[in-house]
Amino acid sequence: MTDLNCDELVELVTGYLDGALDDETERRVADHLAGCDGCTTYVDQVRQTIATLGSSAADVELTDEARNALLAAFREPPG
Amino acid sequence: MREPPELPPDAELVARLRARDDAAFGLVLDAWSGGMARVARSIVSTHASADEVVQDAWLAVIQGVSRFEGRSSLKTWVYRILVNTAKRRALREGRQISWSPVAGEDDTPTVDPARFGGPGDRFPGHWVAFPAPWPSPEQDMLAGEVLARVEAALAELPERQRVVITLRDLEGYGSDEVSSILEISAANQRVLLHRARAFVRGKLEEYFLASASEVGTEVSQ
Repeated sequence: MTDLNCDELVELVTGYLDGALDDETERRVADHLAGCDGCTTYVDQVRQTIATLGSSAADVELTDEARNALLAAFREPPG
Repeated sequence: MREPPELPPDAELVARLRARDDAAFGLVLDAWSGGMARVARSIVSTHASADEVVQDAWLAVIQGVSRFEGRSSLKTWVYRILVNTAKRRALREGRQISWSPVAGEDDTPTVDPARFGGPGDRFPGHWVAFPAPWPSPEQDMLAGEVLARVEAALAELPERQRVVITLRDLEGYGSDEVSSILEISAANQRVLLHRARAFVRGKLEEYFLASASEVGTEVSQ
């Protein structure tokens, strides 16, 4: 088993956060992170990015007009 | 990420929709239309056409609910109709959207190779300089500016990456649900998500580095 390099680790982050890596690769990622501050920071920043994306979802609502039109279409018997 | 309001279980919801219970339809309209609009915006060119896509998708749901077979959740089925409606709309706007990663999308580096040591360096493949830590969210006085950067970064992504990151990270769907909504493999959606997240992270890094150096300049003056 060879050690991962940082440039390999950064390409495994998404699989790692999804729990989608095979056991062996996941262990290599965890081992690397345990000894590498740079990659630990990188993974933290990916997590922060995800959290920021989560809070960036704009509030969007149907207009009353659209809502009423859809409810009317729903009440109409099909066909 | 928003907590979805409590809805009745699918079996009950579907039965009520088929029985033309408009209270049930009102529930799903209010619960899902916002998320549907955000996803539609990630595919079509304007907010106005996204709104139309959402309405057209609901009309298709009204027409099709009697044919819903329950092979996925109702919400996944509705979102699949939404995505297909939006794709057709994008096609009419002159853009063909394929969910498959294009050449290079799954094997080119997502972090600039110059950030890592080369073969002749002391530590090949390792960070030349560690990524600079970012301000913690509590410290960050410019949250609105950060969100604006995120929005700008999303706008720059290819559609297929933007749709996946919108479903995963704005709407909070898991990898299986996103694969099911887009009818692509879990591996495909992960490739797209990976590139999209790396791109947005890179844009935030640029922003934080630039604002740190501005603060540094102010302090030294």
